[in-house]
Amino acid sequence: MESLVPVEDRGGPAQPLLLASGLRKHFPVPGGLLGRSGKVVRAVDDLSLSVAKGETLGVVGESGCGKSTVARLLIRLIKPDRGTMVLDGDPVDEPHGITVNELRRQVQMVFQDSYASLNPRLTIGETLAFAPKAHGLPAAEARARVRDLLDKVGLDPTNYAERYPHELSGGQRQRVNIARALALRPRLVILDEAVSALDKSVEAQVLNMLVDLKTELGLTYIFISHDLNVVQYLSDRVLVMYLGKIVELGSVEAIYGDPQHPYTRALLSARPSMDPRRRTKEAPIQGDPPNPIDPPSGCRFRTRCPFAEDVCARAEPPLADTGAQAVACHMRIAGSGHSKAVAT
Amino acid sequence: MSNLLQVRDLHVTFVTPDRTVNAVNGVSFDVRRGETLGILGESGSGKSVTLRSILRLHPEHRTRWSGSIKLEGDEILTMGRGALSDLRGQRVAMIFQEPATAFDPVFTIGHQIAETVRRHTGKGEADSWTRARELLEMVRIPSPAQRLKAYPHEMSGGMRQRAMIALALSCNPSLLLADEPTTALDATVQIQVLLLIRELQRELDVGVIFVTHDIGVAVEVSDRIGVMYAGKIVELAPVEQMVDAPRHPYSRGLLASTVHDGMRGRRLEAIPGAPPDLAEVPTGCSFALRCKFVQSNCVARPPDLREVGGSHLVRCVLVDAQEAGVAA
Ligand SMILES: Nc1ncnc2c1ncn2[C@@H]1O[C@H](COP(=O)(O)OP(=O)(O)OP(=O)(O)O)[C@@H](O)[C@H]1O
Ligand SMILES: Nc1ncnc2c1ncn2[C@@H]1O[C@H](COP(=O)(O)OP(=O)(O)OP(=O)(O)O)[C@@H](O)[C@H]1O
Ligand code: SF4
Ligand SMILES: [Mg+2]
Ligand SMILES: [Mg+2]
Repeated sequence: MESLVPVEDRGGPAQPLLLASGLRKHFPVPGGLLGRSGKVVRAVDDLSLSVAKGETLGVVGESGCGKSTVARLLIRLIKPDRGTMVLDGDPVDEPHGITVNELRRQVQMVFQDSYASLNPRLTIGETLAFAPKAHGLPAAEARARVRDLLDKVGLDPTNYAERYPHELSGGQRQRVNIARALALRPRLVILDEAVSALDKSVEAQVLNMLVDLKTELGLTYIFISHDLNVVQYLSDRVLVMYLGKIVELGSVEAIYGDPQHPYTRALLSARPSMDPRRRTKEAPIQGDPPNPIDPPSGCRFRTRCPFAEDVCARAEPPLADTGAQAVACHMRIAGSGHSKAVAT
Repeated sequence: MSNLLQVRDLHVTFVTPDRTVNAVNGVSFDVRRGETLGILGESGSGKSVTLRSILRLHPEHRTRWSGSIKLEGDEILTMGRGALSDLRGQRVAMIFQEPATAFDPVFTIGHQIAETVRRHTGKGEADSWTRARELLEMVRIPSPAQRLKAYPHEMSGGMRQRAMIALALSCNPSLLLADEPTTALDATVQIQVLLLIRELQRELDVGVIFVTHDIGVAVEVSDRIGVMYAGKIVELAPVEQMVDAPRHPYSRGLLASTVHDGMRGRRLEAIPGAPPDLAEVPTGCSFALRCKFVQSNCVARPPDLREVGGSHLVRCVLVDAQEAGVAA
């Protein structure tokens, strides 16, 4: 039986809570004679990241760029084709490391669709008690934990524990999903578009709650969203993805205040203006993101990039440190051959 | 600017064996020729139902409606079959979130647009195809002649949305209804389509009603914005006034709770609670239960829509009582 007390910090504050290196996931594309076309969707391609203890790492990018696949890889809902993970010093799923089950206890996830994520035949109380009981918590203690969890997410236990999911509003259901993610006292919570389906007035309630819970429980977040404003509000660092790759990674101040990658800049200036006197005059880039099945050679953004040159088609720009942030663009790599890069 | 559309005291109630939904509870507004009216509101506030009423798209046998909707003086709610079909085919066009529902997957885009042109203008085969190509050009689809031969599934999301706009504009409507047409699009594509709609609206001088739940989107396209809550327009104002000085507690709450630049580290001003159940018609202000300025006369009877100057209308007793400022 696994213990249900919160896991102690082990490596100290400087050791990353989660390290992932070289994660790759390609999905086969159905079709062709034998039901397989031989082609793959390059959903996540050699992606590395680290999450510091107590921080919120925001992940942004357009639909299909691989955000949810990264999340599902990090909690091992799907197995990576390659790549390794280390949780607070312990390799995951390796002989001297921790098991996938232990990873899934310490790392929890909340999805966008609040309704589909809940079993319609279980009361809220039963749903919340399920995992703790499965981990061996006695019934009376499990009930106490349910009350505590509902309390934490701002739902009155006497009023809500006996209700079924369809008796709740979308915002209340998402609170329940967050409570469930907290039931096993995780250290890292991955929020995948967790507030995206909520109305703005309710979204604000849930965002405030997430901020409070993080402080109260000493949590670390990975916050995935297509809403750049919400990511800016919540995150300490931000990771920008395009077609399965990281294009830029840095502090929220650097990414929003001084974005370096042409895609990050385009994404930020594509935000609708909140000021009627300063409406957007021109779309920052044209066209749609290309298909991730056959991504462009070299830099995957080059087909939409206003600065693309020959080198961008020839070579893939590595994610290079530029001081405040890391950027994957030939213009930022000395001696890359791009006319805007400094020569070596 | 003359009035193109006039909606007065529109009520729409859906009655099914197991429930009643009072979806629209007394909505009034005008749309002028060549202007874009944004309708902003949260899920279930009645935006789509209002829009669909203009085309009378509700299931006739279980919809009860009252009030008046006039397009260029013609009453839509009592219109006969023939006039209604003209209205839908030529005078009012609609675009929505999911372009898949606008196109038949088994025909090319060109075939479907040319067919619509032929039906509405009586043009011959060749002329209809020429017009279809012009329409694709108009919505800035690159290599339009080739794109005419594409099937809907062969186009990207943004391209399909442009094609749907071309189809909608093929009959030269005087009013375009847009129901969240950019909500499903990626950020970098959404802004392209928003700008396109804004440009076409000016070029063609059509009236547009643009429904959205996104304030930024409403600000980008609208001349005036109406904020809807629980089946009512609670505030209607020119876009600058709506953003600078919203007066209804709900509009203020909505603006304050929308996260944008520079709010980092600050606590968000959330509106407590959730919108009311639409099974009953509320006796007072439908926002009363969530409003921090609520008083006893808020629940006595529904507040009227009052003008607070410069075509700015607000439905709130605070404004009723002393014309402004106090709630600030
Ligand atoms: N199980 C799967 N089988 C095949 N392809 C998949 C599978 N899961 C995801 N993909 C593909 O992988 C790519 C990345 O998908 P993913 O869901 O990670 O994107 P995302 O960034 O989360 O997008 P969104 O913003 O729409 O949620 C997409 O092209 C998607 O179609
Ligand atoms: N044909 C119908 N029959 C019964 N109820 C309906 C029908 N159409 C809409 N409703 C109900 O009317 C109310 C208003 O719906 P409407 O679609 O106008 O909301 P909306 O403001 O467009 O919301 P969203 O942002 O989610 O699209 C909702 O409660 C909805 O469930
Ligand atoms: S590497 Fe080239 S194509 Fe890619 S973002 Fe930089 S300049 Fe543009
Ligand atoms: Mg996703
Ligand atoms: Mg709608």
